[in-house]
Amino acid sequence: MLKQPTPESAPIIKKRISDPLPVQMALIGLTLLFFITFIFLPLGLVFAQAFSKGWEYYLESIREPYALEAVKLTLTTVAIVVPLNALFGVTAAWAITKFNFRGKAALKTLLDLPFAVSPVIAGLIFVLLVGSRTPFGSWLGEQGIKIIFSTPGIVIATLFVTFPFVARELIPLMEAQGRDEEEAALTLGARGWQIFGKITLPNIRWGLLYGMILCSARSIGEFGAVSVVSGHIRGQTNTIPLHVEILYSEYNFAASFSVASILVFLALLTVGVKVTLEKQFQKNSFHH
Amino acid sequence: MELFQGKRRNILPGFGLSMGYTVFYLSAIVIVPLSMIFFNTIPMGWEPFLHTVTAPRVLASYRLSFSTALFAAIFDAIVGLLTAWVLVRYRFAGRQFLDALVDLPFALPTAVAGICFATLYSPVGWLGETFAKWNIEIINSPTGIVVALIFIGFPFVVRTIQPVLEEVEQEIEEAAQCLGATRWQTFRKILLPHLFPALLTGSTLAFARGIGEYGSVIFIAGNLPMKTEIAPLMIMSKLDQFDYAGASAVALVLLLISFSMLLLLNAVQEWQQKEYR
Repeated sequence: MLKQPTPESAPIIKKRISDPLPVQMALIGLTLLFFITFIFLPLGLVFAQAFSKGWEYYLESIREPYALEAVKLTLTTVAIVVPLNALFGVTAAWAITKFNFRGKAALKTLLDLPFAVSPVIAGLIFVLLVGSRTPFGSWLGEQGIKIIFSTPGIVIATLFVTFPFVARELIPLMEAQGRDEEEAALTLGARGWQIFGKITLPNIRWGLLYGMILCSARSIGEFGAVSVVSGHIRGQTNTIPLHVEILYSEYNFAASFSVASILVFLALLTVGVKVTLEKQFQKNSFHH
Repeated sequence: MELFQGKRRNILPGFGLSMGYTVFYLSAIVIVPLSMIFFNTIPMGWEPFLHTVTAPRVLASYRLSFSTALFAAIFDAIVGLLTAWVLVRYRFAGRQFLDALVDLPFALPTAVAGICFATLYSPVGWLGETFAKWNIEIINSPTGIVVALIFIGFPFVVRTIQPVLEEVEQEIEEAAQCLGATRWQTFRKILLPHLFPALLTGSTLAFARGIGEYGSVIFIAGNLPMKTEIAPLMIMSKLDQFDYAGASAVALVLLLISFSMLLLLNAVQEWQQKEYR
């Protein structure tokens, strides 16, 4: 979640009680040791392996037709999943934060449900629902509609896995902002969509953007759920992470890590955007 | 600005539309698909269900997933507390950079994490080589699974402790010091109890995530039957044999474990809110 600005985070200089310098050094050192073994070495390894056969091979690995097909499928999935879940996130956050009703806590818990479900189970439930061996799935098959082992299956499994991201980002934000501004607009004669477009949307735009970025990051990288419903057909139902897996299991490590380096780059970008948005968010709310 | 105490009335428009769409979408994407697990398990009957989920290989996989996730969560609790402390309390060059990188395990696709750790800890890998000299095997062993799960769960702990630690009133610590407490006593007796609910929340989240984790684990685990097969992989292999009922049964137990973890977490959070108000 984006850090929400609090009055405390205003620039008041507080004198801190601090630990003795040797203690500080030791603790920072231990933290660094953890970061080196668990963050920096894995990141370094990706690039070392990716370029182990030279630039030429790297470029070739990410430009070969199967890799490009995987990129295309992943982008298609993101283009469908992110708008749908963003629309849902905004709608759900509006319903939950702007009104009082019974069962609100239960609804909020249900929204988080996909986070508690193993990715493999997320894939499994759609195989059980629309797989070719189920009644509904075989009926769909007769109509010529194939869902599992094809793009629609990958899309719905990804929809499930990334379902809570936008709503989760928006609900605390909109709860903190309250309803006063919207209600004031209403008394001044604004209509529903006007209130939403001119008051709510500008207020939540950074949170919404961050939720959508998290949703895209997970859609691009989802492995377990997609792996169950994809069928691993090269050039047809392989997303980028599945392509990485196939190359790796064929012992083509250089190519596997080359394609993985795209994903690492996107992950670093996501982390960077978060920092930028948080700064933006802090600045904006002080100008309020 | 609450001039009128008591229940606020709903005056904004759009309740029917937004609520209707929320319930519809939630049902279509989450509730109905998830209920398939029950519908596929119920026709099995009690005996075959028990037989499936208590088969030695399945039991071994539950035990493995549970214990590796637990070890990783405990490790994360320690390292997460350390990291949050260092990031909140100390000022040093590169602090913001480290702070940003805490989120990397959230953002990095699990499969990439998986192949990284498998390569790093393989007997010829950068770290595996050293461990091989000491005859410690990391890949194809539960230790490897724990390593992957530590990575996956780490941000949960840091990100739940950080805000709590930031809001601790330093006056309390000053008071303790004035009364003659050492720094360590202040930490043990004042700060740790205050941070404990957040620590528990964070590590429970890491634990729940660890039980179901798949992508980052399968590459390093080696997936040897009875030894390094995690529970999600059991579901996968039953699916590969088109044993849908069996896969659902294994999944049902896993789901029940995760859900009860989250219910427990809700209870803890309620207790936490009562405690500190």
